[in-house]
Amino acid sequence: MTVTAADRRTAETAGIHLARRRLADRDPALAWLFLMPSVVYILALVAVPFVLAVGFALSDVTAGDPSYDFVGLRNFERAFDDPVFWRSLGNTFFFTAVSMVLIVVFGKVLANILVADFRGKWVVRFLVLLPWTTPVTLGAIAWLWLLDSIFSPIDWVLRELGLLGRPGALLGAESNLFWLGEPNLAMGSVIAVHVWRLTPLAAVIMVAGLVAIPRDLDEAARVDGAGWWRRMFEVTIPLTLPVIAVAALFGAIFTFTDMAVVDVLTNGGPNNATQVLTSWAFFRGIDGGDVGQGAAIALFLFPLLLAAAIAILRAVRRMEVG
Amino acid sequence: MAVVELRQLVKEFDAGRVRAVDGVDLATEEGEYLVLLGPSGCGKTTLLRTVAGLEEPTSGDVLIDGHVVTGLPPRARKVAMVFQSYALYPHKTVLGNIVFPLRAVGMKRTERERKARWAAELLGIAHLLARKPRQLSGGERQRVALARALVREPLVFLLDEPLSNLDAKLRTSARDELKTFQQGLGSTTIYVTHDQVEAMGLGDRIAVLSDGRVRQLGRPTDVYDDPADTFVARFIGSPPMNLVARDGHLVGFRPEHLLPQEALPAGAGRETVPFTVDRIEYLSGDRHVYGTVSGLGEETRVVARLPATVGTPIAAGQSYDFAVIRERLRFFDAQNGQRTEAVRL
Repeated sequence: MTVTAADRRTAETAGIHLARRRLADRDPALAWLFLMPSVVYILALVAVPFVLAVGFALSDVTAGDPSYDFVGLRNFERAFDDPVFWRSLGNTFFFTAVSMVLIVVFGKVLANILVADFRGKWVVRFLVLLPWTTPVTLGAIAWLWLLDSIFSPIDWVLRELGLLGRPGALLGAESNLFWLGEPNLAMGSVIAVHVWRLTPLAAVIMVAGLVAIPRDLDEAARVDGAGWWRRMFEVTIPLTLPVIAVAALFGAIFTFTDMAVVDVLTNGGPNNATQVLTSWAFFRGIDGGDVGQGAAIALFLFPLLLAAAIAILRAVRRMEVG
Repeated sequence: MAVVELRQLVKEFDAGRVRAVDGVDLATEEGEYLVLLGPSGCGKTTLLRTVAGLEEPTSGDVLIDGHVVTGLPPRARKVAMVFQSYALYPHKTVLGNIVFPLRAVGMKRTERERKARWAAELLGIAHLLARKPRQLSGGERQRVALARALVREPLVFLLDEPLSNLDAKLRTSARDELKTFQQGLGSTTIYVTHDQVEAMGLGDRIAVLSDGRVRQLGRPTDVYDDPADTFVARFIGSPPMNLVARDGHLVGFRPEHLLPQEALPAGAGRETVPFTVDRIEYLSGDRHVYGTVSGLGEETRVVARLPATVGTPIAAGQSYDFAVIRERLRFFDAQNGQRTEAVRL
């Protein structure tokens, strides 16, 4: 039998039809498949708890009586009547504002160190990133020891330097500073530990911004006669502003929502001097068993945070487009 | 006095593994347009950056206006540079870009704006002062970069391939403007390019660089007509100079000098060359004829460029009697490529 050209063509067409479209060829299906795990994850760990929190905040659920009764805004009214709530709110804003400023400033300085080219930069980079890679609680516990009321090595160094523990010494004649016992020092300590922990993250974000600046621009500014400070404030910082804003946003949100540092270091003390909304919500809702009120306190800042995040991200977008 | 002088300049990278600039001696003449020409990686940009102070030389000295500035930072050198990317500050307006160097030296606001306007008028960008760089075309950006360089009133302009980001059409007009601009100012300019057309068109003198060394320094006619070695001979000219090996020498002649015998005046000391044609290209009115010559030396593939005024019919696959006027021949040492005295053929 002779095979004609037409026959061969038919056979080839049939071969094409026989080849199946595989899953890897179907983009819409693949998109869903790859998105699903993260969607499930976000729904289960963010959306569901959030809805639960809203539900609890409007109920009288406690650890002892989990039956759900709708009580409207009573939990919020009770929280607002409590002076500790207002103290915590003030502390939260103070804690966040000071931490954010310090994180951005130190992050910027560290970022400049990280992009600089010098001998042994790998060791420095490793050390800089160490606080961020350490688990929060481990880091906080290490600081708990450093700030111990009696055995604090910081106090020891100050004593050895003659700044503490002698009559007429700069920081007082007592043998210890009681870092976590004095209200102002306690707040300072909490801020310091938080800044120590979040600065590397901000630095890494800012490094990403710094390396994205074309080298030509810095060189042009050098030839144009600009010194280091002028280049920093007129070229580098304006060009990395969107990235700095993102770092600040991260810093603010992590500070607002963090309770580990406060909980481990001071547990909100002394006398609620370092109590922040998150730790207060945990204290009331989990330790105290008043789930409804805990949820109400925790939710209080949600609209504020949301507005802040939207405002900053919009500003960043405008800067990028402009 | 030379505005810029380089003495035995050497620049090494990677702890001496790469020698980008290898012992360069060079001096500009007052108000001249000096072009550094060479292929990619020949060290021309490194050389320019060393003059600007963006690179510190490994050894040797840079002198500007008679002073050794080798260790000085760029801002102390009274130079202005236009980068290949123009390096305009994207967050500043055109005016902000132009006054930036003036603010760095602490000039008063009214004074610096007056000067920026003067520069902008000169370059025809006065109507763009309020715009941001991203709202400008390539040609406009280049002018802004030039204006920013101009307001510094530098002793020397350093231009690093400023035309390479423009499209071909714009490049021709921008080249013309650059030359007019420089002649109007009468300022010394060092211009880096890998494009020989720019170099030939713009340069008062051209320094041809290869492997970090200056192969030849001379006027465009010098480097074209009298190349110092085979590198310059092959690098400049399109198509490049033909080289034919003969007894330890290379005989060189430009494609436009290899012409049909009858197109050359008789008795002008012609060297007749049998030429077997295998391909013809018709480019901008000229005929580029590819083929093999014999007679001058070893059989070699060469190109002849016949101008439109030469009407001799030529066909592929045929042999013709071509000729070169003897005084157009150049001779090089086959070993080191250096120019030598004429050899008797």
